[in-house]
Amino acid sequence: MEIFQIVAIGLVAAILSVLIKNEKPELGIYISLATGIIIFLFIATKLQSVMEILEQLSNKINIDAIYLSIILKIVGIAYIAEFGAQICRDVGEGVIASKIEFAGKILIMVMAVPILVSLMDLIINMVP
Amino acid sequence: MVMNVDIIFKIAAIGIVVTVVNQVLIKAGREEQAMLTTLVGVVVVLTMVINLVTNLFDTVKTMFHLY
Repeated sequence: MEIFQIVAIGLVAAILSVLIKNEKPELGIYISLATGIIIFLFIATKLQSVMEILEQLSNKINIDAIYLSIILKIVGIAYIAEFGAQICRDVGEGVIASKIEFAGKILIMVMAVPILVSLMDLIINMVP
Repeated sequence: MVMNVDIIFKIAAIGIVVTVVNQVLIKAGREEQAMLTTLVGVVVVLTMVINLVTNLFDTVKTMFHLY
């Protein structure tokens, strides 16, 4: 069961982080950053199989593959933006964190524009 | 996975060593060298973590087709 390993790594890293933050707060950042990345990479392989299942499903439903790809990209942007914003907040930089989140929102909106456009086309075509 | 976990321990070990050396140097009166070792430790850990971060971004890029 991988969850045990992940929780163990998280606990050990949290303890080490507390230890280091007392003396050298600068190095404490690196420990939480490295732990977050390691846990994500560990889970990434499972995520890959979920992605493949989603792709097969979308093929069966006959929707355009571009829509699934856009949704996937939006999820990716959201994840990375949240990761970065949370790390910034941890070290006390709330300002930088909000700006990262804001940038993420704008990028997601930009990505979603084609879907909105095609939706408008669909609606306009439906109304005679 | 096993290789990855070692990095956390290495970073913690570097942190502890840097702290100890820092304290010793301060007690011995060499404050500028203490500052220097702290800085060096931070830079070393930074380079180690930058590799990890690049790895993360590459994985997310390939996984979510974000290139």
